[in-house]
Formats: sequence, C-alpha cells, structure tokens
Amino acid sequence: MTKNATQAAGIGRRGFLKGSAGLAFAFALVEAGDVMGQGAPARLNAYISIGTDGTIRIAAPAPEMGQATNTALPLIIAEELDADWSKVVVETAAVAAAYDHPIFRAQFVVGSLTTRGYWMAIRTAGAQARRVLIDAAAQRWNVPAGELSTEPSAVVHKASNRRLGYGEIASFAQMPAQLPEIRPDMLKKPANFRLIGRDVRRWDVPAKSTGKAVYAIDVQVPGMLYATLARSPVMGSTPRGHNGAELTRRPGIVAVVPLAQGVAVVGDKIETVLAARADLKVDWSPAPGSNFDSDRGRKMYLAHVRDPAGQKVVVGRRTGDANAALQSAARVVSGEFTTDYVYHAQMEPLTCVASVTADGVEVWTGTQWPSRARDDAAKAAGVPPEKVKVNMMPMGGGFGRRAQLEYVVEAVEVSKAVGKPVKLMSTREDDVANAHCRPMTAHKIDVGLDAGGKIAGWRHRIAADLVVTQVYGQPRLDAQNGVDHIVMAHADVPLYDVASHLAEHVYEAPGVRSAAWRGIGAGPNAFAIESMIDELAARAGEDPVAYRMKLLKDRRARTAVEVAADMAGWPKASRGETGFGIAMSRLGVPQLGESIAVTIVEVALDRARGNIAVRNMWCAADVGLPIQPRNIRHQVEGSLVWGLSAALSERITFKNGAVQQQNLSDYEVLRVSRLPKTEINIIRSGEIPLPVGELGLGTVAPAISNAVRALTGKRLAALPFTPDRVRATLA
Amino acid sequence: MASLNVNGQVRQIDASPDTPLLWVLREHLKLTGTKYGCGVAACGACTVHLDGEPIRACITPLSQVEGKRVTTIEGLPGGENNRLVQAWIAEQAPQCGYCQSGQIMQAAGLLAKTPKPSREQIVAHMDGNICRCGSYAQIVAAVERAAGGR
Repeated sequence: MTKNATQAAGIGRRGFLKGSAGLAFAFALVEAGDVMGQGAPARLNAYISIGTDGTIRIAAPAPEMGQATNTALPLIIAEELDADWSKVVVETAAVAAAYDHPIFRAQFVVGSLTTRGYWMAIRTAGAQARRVLIDAAAQRWNVPAGELSTEPSAVVHKASNRRLGYGEIASFAQMPAQLPEIRPDMLKKPANFRLIGRDVRRWDVPAKSTGKAVYAIDVQVPGMLYATLARSPVMGSTPRGHNGAELTRRPGIVAVVPLAQGVAVVGDKIETVLAARADLKVDWSPAPGSNFDSDRGRKMYLAHVRDPAGQKVVVGRRTGDANAALQSAARVVSGEFTTDYVYHAQMEPLTCVASVTADGVEVWTGTQWPSRARDDAAKAAGVPPEKVKVNMMPMGGGFGRRAQLEYVVEAVEVSKAVGKPVKLMSTREDDVANAHCRPMTAHKIDVGLDAGGKIAGWRHRIAADLVVTQVYGQPRLDAQNGVDHIVMAHADVPLYDVASHLAEHVYEAPGVRSAAWRGIGAGPNAFAIESMIDELAARAGEDPVAYRMKLLKDRRARTAVEVAADMAGWPKASRGETGFGIAMSRLGVPQLGESIAVTIVEVALDRARGNIAVRNMWCAADVGLPIQPRNIRHQVEGSLVWGLSAALSERITFKNGAVQQQNLSDYEVLRVSRLPKTEINIIRSGEIPLPVGELGLGTVAPAISNAVRALTGKRLAALPFTPDRVRATLA
Repeated sequence: MASLNVNGQVRQIDASPDTPLLWVLREHLKLTGTKYGCGVAACGACTVHLDGEPIRACITPLSQVEGKRVTTIEGLPGGENNRLVQAWIAEQAPQCGYCQSGQIMQAAGLLAKTPKPSREQIVAHMDGNICRCGSYAQIVAAVERAAGGR
C-alpha cells in the first residue's frame, strides 16, 4: 500500500536517496514541444527508487490541494515503469528545481495544468527506469534486450521462461553512465495501459478519512509559539499605531509585531493569542481603496462598458475587424451582464509554520507555489534560497488563493522577530476580511448579424480589476502588453462560427485585493458569452441546442453538446414547471489543448420568493485522455458545485474599501441540501490528458440563466442570482 | 487544571475553563483530526461527540465538557475499519479532505440513532457541514453505504 512519508514521519521528510539499498534513477525533465518554456536548462534529480524488497518509491512533485495529482502523477510514472502499483510508496517531493513543472519551470499548481504539464516528462522518466531494468536483466541473462518484456514489477524472458522481479534486479544492477534515450514513439501505447484509465484509488483517502492527514495547521514543532494577524482592512493600508503594549502585559502574550500590512499577536497558547487578537486595536492609514463601495462600483463598471471613453482599454483577443462588422451589420443584438466579488472560502484558513534560526529557515505550509514560497521566505529572512527548506503540506483547499503567499512571508517575519518557531494562523474572520477576490466584472456584448442571421461580428467589453499584477506583479502585465490573461481567460469564441471577434478589457482600479479564483475569468466570461448565445437563439426563435449545433464548427464541442442533450433527454424535456438551460465552457490554453464541458440544468423557480432550485445537472466533459475517470467525475462535480454556489449565493461586498462579510455564516457557500442530482459523462477524445480541475465551473451560471429565460422569458444578468435580484428581474 | 475524558482516556488540561474544546483537542492534546474552519459553528469541520452526540467543538467551552465523554475522529471505534471510514474510502469521498473528519463524526451521530436513514434524513442531518470541494454527493453515498443501503 502507498503512504505519505511526510505523514508517517509526522513532519519530517525522508531523504529520497538516503538509507535505502537499491537503485535510484535521475532524469532530465524536458517537455517535448514545450511551447511556454523560457529556455532554462534541463535539470536532474531522482523520481524513482527501487528497494531490493521490491518497494518502489515514487516522488509526487506537485502540491496537493484535493485534485489528486499526488496520485495521478506517480500513477503515470508507474504505468511507464510497468510497476506493480501495490508495491508503490508515494512520497511528497522536496521543493527543488528537479521537480519543477516542465512548463512553468517552478513547482506551481495553477490552471488545471499539472497532469498536462508533467505528462511527457514523467512518462519518459518512468520509461527510462524500465529500460535500465531491462538492460540489466539482459546483461545478467546474456540475451538481447529486445527479447525481454515486462509485467508489473518484473522483467520476463519468454523464450527461456525466466523472470526477475524489479527488487531482485535492483540488488545487482548498476546505473549506466548515460541514461537510455526514450523517444515518444517508445512510450507505452494507450491500448497497453494497465493503470491509466482504470479507477485506481487515491492513496491519500484513508488518511483523509481518519483524521491522520497532516495539514500545515496541524503542524507543531518544539518550542513553537502561536501567532495570528490583523491585516489591513483596505489593501495597501499600513498600521500607524496599535494597543500592543497593553496586550503584551497579559500573561502568555509574548509580543505584538507590526508588519507592512498587518499587526501580529504572538503568544504561547492559541487561545490566549486569539483572545488578545479580539482586543487588538489598530489605527490604519488611508489607502487608495479607502472610499471604494462595490454597489456604486458595479454601476460605474457598467457605465464604462457602455462608453469606455476616457478609460484605459486593452485589447485581449482579436480576430478580424469586429468593429467594422458591427457597423455594417444588418442587425445588432446587445447584452449586459455583471458578476460580484467572490471569496475562496478554502476550508483551512491560511496557515504557515515558520522557524527562522541562525542556520536558515524552515517552513511548513500548504501552497500552490512552493518554489516561490522558498524564494519569498528567503527574501523575508535575508538568507539565500538554498538556506530555506519548504515542507509541502497538503492544502485544505487552494482554489487559487494559495498562489499568493503573503502568509508565508508574514510567518517568516514574525518568527524572525521573536526568535522562535511560530505557527501563524488566520482566524476565519481575518481570512474573510483579507479576501483576495475574483474581481467584480461588468460585460457588454454586441453581436452583429448579417441579413441571413449569421454572426458577422462579436465585440465583448469587460470592465474588471486587474488580477495579474496582484498574483505575478506589474512586470508580468507589461511583458504581456497589458493583457491580463486571468481576467480575459476564454473571452474569445473560437468554437463558434463567428466571422470577426474583439474582446477588450476596461481596466478598473478599485484598490481592493484580487486573486485567481477557481476557473479564473473564464467563469464570468462564460456567463456573459453563453447567456448571449442563448439570447441569440431565443431571438431567432430557435431551440438552444439546435442553434448551438448550427453555430458550432468544432467537432469535439458538437459531440459534447450531443452527449449532454442525450443525457438530459433534450428536446423531449418538459417545459411545464421547470426550465432547462444549456451552456458550454472551455478550460486550458490552445497551445496545450483545451478540455470542453457542456452542462444542461433543470431549474425550478419559486417566483414569489425568488428562489431558484436546480433539480438536475447533466454534464458532458471532454478531457482528452482520462487518467483516473472516477476522480475526474468527482473533480468536475466539484467544479459544478462551485459554479452553482457562485451562481446562487456567493457574494462579497465592499464599503469604504473593506469587506463587509464576516464569516461562513454570512458568506454563503453551497450546502448539501441545495445539491442537485448530478450526472457526468466523461468523453475520451485523444491520447493527451487535458485540464480537469476547474472544468465545467463556468457552465452552471449561464445554464441557470438560460433555463430561467426559457421558463419566464426574462434574463437573469447579474451574478449571483439572489432572491431579491430574481424577484426584481421577474417583476 | 481541568480533567477531561477524551477517547476513553482521562487527560489533565492546563487551560482556562472558557477555552474552546477545539483548541484543547488540537493544540493541547495534539488530536489534530478535528479541524478549525470558522469558529462560529457555521461549517462543522470541528464536529466531535459529547456523550455520543455530535457537537461543534469550536463553540463548546472546556467547562461544559468536564465529566462527560468526548470522542474525536481518532477515537472512532475500529479506526480505519470503522464502517463509515470504509464507506468513505469506497466512495472516494475526500478531495482536499479538510472537512471530512467533521463530516464523518456528524454522520456517525446520525447512524447511532437512525441506523437506516432515508436520503432526506441524511441531507437534513448533514446540512451544517460544509465541503468546499463539493464532494457532497460522495458523502451522501458513503453514509448510505455505511447504513447498508448500497
């Protein structure tokens, strides 16, 4: 059985190469046909080691936040190695360049690109190790390597009916000076897969079902103090004064430490620290966002997409000349949409344990970007990155929030200030107050139709706060000519027959915190686009599925629509008391391949109360090559639940630049009683695994809006669809 | 010093009487399977049993549990062989996993009183426990499985 060395050892990580007799393989990680690489040199390190007892240790290089890549990646390696999965022990990798994501050149989990990114590199790694074992057996038996084959964890010579287990080979084999070359055509053919495409169980589920899984918030180290932090209510605001002197007179309070954007309370017990935090008073300086009011802001954003004159506008996507097409169009159909701020509400509040000593820095944290955590911790402590050890802990949810690392920097700063290890934990109230939101957006889409009703031009203007600057910094935005790819994700419509297209970003600068949020800009953008497609179908008097089939050029998209329609029983679906709506979304980047989801929802409406109940969701998900089909269904269902939660109730509002919500009691995420019956059909369309973790999220809100349109003739155009908004729309 | 019966063992706790049970369990006793999510009984991540009844440890002061039996996920009978845990594994319910101790303890409270709950009873009983990953369908299926319904 598999286990996590990090968990088994409490908090330590067993050295990958140390102490085990047997073979360890080092591999170059180079992605064939790398389209996003920056030309960094290939690097070497160990992924696989085989003990003489046949135990195969495989490193999971990517941080785990629930998406199960810590099973999927070792499974892919084991597939090419032809390992007996029951002999595999998965170990959480160290934070080291050798485990970098081959495209991001960092240990970094975003964009559902983990499996896709590591795919060729780790297959090659597994195949190389298998080849070394075959060559060693061939030498021992004195037969040509070409006569040998493998079965799970054994090399076999059929002609002489001999076999050697991998553990036996590990006891005599020598690592070759040069690793064998593995060309892509030497990798396993999909028809021969023994593990990929099967429902191999996640190895981390038993520990996560018994309370034994250790998250950052669970870590305790000797001599550790506890800390929590009041962060500035408004981004960029700094503490001018605080009542720390008074608090430090309390028993158990060790220090009150002012930081750039917060004040930390430090003590020897968590309960003492939390009590002091409740009494901490800070005088904050004003900041650019101090006057921001999101209700006023929404109206202003809408005004900006109607008339962007005087605003900074950046072209995000362009095909042909949509403005000219709109001018010469026989008819123009327009739609306006808005989405509110939403918060991640990851269940584990942001936590980092840091220990700064004369020898260096050690941190234990759940982060989507461990490489940067190492570098930022080094900077905060004033030591070189080699002096920092980052222990990648499983995350109690990430969803984009843990791609930002202020909590790691702050933990290091506090540990350095007090000279002891510190567990810095946010309270839920502070986590909400410090929400880094998916930004509020306003959309205006203008569609120019020719005399025959074909789409000649499509212009989509999006007013939204910038996200790239807050996740990556201003230089990244400059290098992309001002295109915020997080806001503008999937603002284009390449699968539809649209002659010319323009998507523009109207910059907004409300001075509040923003982040990548599961599905990024593709969520709001799909809401606007897919509602618009439905509106076009309705105005043409056509069935939404038939209209889409007419408009879709892409074969995979057409198949997904057909599969979803078939699952839902469209068009026989009744249109009595419930309404049906369909929507599509994409995930990924074109150069690496995009997955496609089509969702149909069945919605019941309580018109008097304005309550929406989604009864059924049917989703067809084209994911290329499914690695673990069951896990893919769970991930897609999770995405649909997120989409539903955001569509129905999730909403952060700002007054005077500060978040108004306080906890999970007034930031409402979906609970089980609002869960629809959900059916997911995985479509296998190729031999490459495409992105999964955020797939389908963007389909839910437009599908609901479209269902309500079908039921009532009215368009829900503002997310979330709160009861007051639903009533106002139907009035 | 307070005296506390946790998972069948009597433990001495050096904490003030108003300390939430959650922090006593997690930080004093290192029983970290019980999780902090909200601190206001809104998410259910801290669910443990008090004399067999599911409660939220985050709003339960130490003074209220003295002389009573506290059971945490670590004290669930059978450990990995517990029928709920086995059902959770069979349904592959956890994703990030953070809420699942609370979900299992909440479900155990239901099955103790209602061995064959209907789907409606399961949903009503589990509605206070948030799973942000959206694993609700697997959680409901796992409770049904543990109850012998699948």
